[in-house]
Amino acid sequence: MRRRDTPLVFSVAAIAKRELSGYFATPVAYVFIVIFVALSSAFTFYIGGFFERGQASLESFFNFHPWLYMFLIPAVSMRLWSEERKSGTIEMLMTLPISTVAAVIGKFVAAWAFIAVALALTFPLWITVNVLGQPDNGVIAASYAGSLLMAGAFLAIGSCFSALTRNQVIAFIVAAAVCFLFTMSGLDLVLDVFRGWAPHILVDTIASLSFLSHFDRVTKGLIDVRDLVFFVSMIALWLYATVVAVDVERGA
Amino acid sequence: MSAMIALDNVQKRFGSLTAVDDLTLSIARGEVLGFLGPNGAGKTTTMRMIAGFLEPTGGSIQVCGFNVATDPIEIKRRIGYLPEGAPIYGDMTCRGFLGFVAEVRGYRGAEKKRRIAEVVDTVSLNAVLNQTIDTLSKGFKRRVGLAQAILHDPDVLILDEPTDGLDPNQKHHVRELIGTMASDKAIIISTHILEEVEAVCTRAVVINQGRLVADGSAEELLARLPHHNAVAVTVPVAEAAAARAALLKLGHMGGVEDSDTKGVLTTLRVMPHNGYAPVAEVAHHLKSSDITIESLYVERGRLDDVFRVLTDDAAAGYAPRV
Repeated sequence: MRRRDTPLVFSVAAIAKRELSGYFATPVAYVFIVIFVALSSAFTFYIGGFFERGQASLESFFNFHPWLYMFLIPAVSMRLWSEERKSGTIEMLMTLPISTVAAVIGKFVAAWAFIAVALALTFPLWITVNVLGQPDNGVIAASYAGSLLMAGAFLAIGSCFSALTRNQVIAFIVAAAVCFLFTMSGLDLVLDVFRGWAPHILVDTIASLSFLSHFDRVTKGLIDVRDLVFFVSMIALWLYATVVAVDVERGA
Repeated sequence: MSAMIALDNVQKRFGSLTAVDDLTLSIARGEVLGFLGPNGAGKTTTMRMIAGFLEPTGGSIQVCGFNVATDPIEIKRRIGYLPEGAPIYGDMTCRGFLGFVAEVRGYRGAEKKRRIAEVVDTVSLNAVLNQTIDTLSKGFKRRVGLAQAILHDPDVLILDEPTDGLDPNQKHHVRELIGTMASDKAIIISTHILEEVEAVCTRAVVINQGRLVADGSAEELLARLPHHNAVAVTVPVAEAAAARAALLKLGHMGGVEDSDTKGVLTTLRVMPHNGYAPVAEVAHHLKSSDITIESLYVERGRLDDVFRVLTDDAAAGYAPRV
């Protein structure tokens, strides 16, 4: 009995569709979206000083994205694999005719699409700033794209730590801590730990891994392919690590 | 017929624990293999390895001519697998879940609808199709698990405790279902219910501590019991001595044992000789000696006893042949 081969993209789509419907079957999605939109707006106006700046830009909005993502995204990613392992459904999933790569990408795509929805729902801010003045909409569009890419990188980190444990709380905390390190790695807080003993090249490498500095350049309108490549490679690297983790851990 | 499933010196270690040790086994199309063993014997681990969820530490597994290590996806296309406890996404509806499985298995549109309608009918899920899986009873959950396993009409079916937690009617239904599918598939079921082996399996394998300890039909396994085919005869206590004397004159038998005395009746057990039950001779001898026969039957032994003898170290001394 021959069957048509299922290309990777179909498996990924089937997985992503199932995952995404799972988000909206529970209150998780709505809670996340409300909190994200509310917090990002509150930060923009109260802490970012959107009005006081007197500039028609969304910089005060995007500035807080790394900090929001740092704990909100691990909350999305923590269940990606931990839940499957805890409930045992991973056995059902991984005995279906799909590769681990397809499963990892499918789950990632679903979570990323979900975050994209949350991000898109901040559109009233974009409208507001256009009503109030003449912002550079090119920069805003690029910032949205950069923000989404950065969210993807955080998500890939979270996905990896979710695959390493069946405990969602551990997955959350470790992912948040690692996201924190990657966000801050350009700042003295992290670099000073290494400066005393590590060679310059290592310190520079660590500094160059900072999400903050890559993202800052994007939001300032300095669109450099290298920053995009950085986030894309981060996603690829951490997803690869997730594949390895899923394959190793399911046997344990 | 070539083997649909072939395990060759398969070994699985978890750290220092050896869960499956040097297991060699092959199953042909048309066979229903009952996989028996105490908890922790390595049944689930073995099934997980065949289904491609775990990788063996040593040896090789072939399913439908493909090697699990090199072609896991080809094998997964051809296997229907019901994991232990049937873990299913609790927040999905039955319809949603079966739709997902159909899509992952490459069915679209009308074909997808047809397949789902077919399995829903086969395992009688119509009533709960739009319910969330979390809200279903254990029996229905198990049936959803079964539905996803047979959705693609696989050549190989691996069911880990398919009737666990079902009521007697549901058990009967599942066994019937396995029976109807048996002819063109190779099926492995693990179970603790030994009557199930006699009801549906063409062959039984017992493993203990990761090793194969018996392989044969239910009848062959029963033959391992020393009292299999023994003739039990119940007579009044007053006539027991006379009965014993009469029975000892019998030719083809392996001895006479007192098995039990209850009130005014005692039961003697005439042991078989080379597996032969001398039932006619026993009846004839006792009759001609004028002894009252209260009851007379051939003991078959129970698979439970075989199981205990094979897998319980404390009971091992009970049967010298094993």
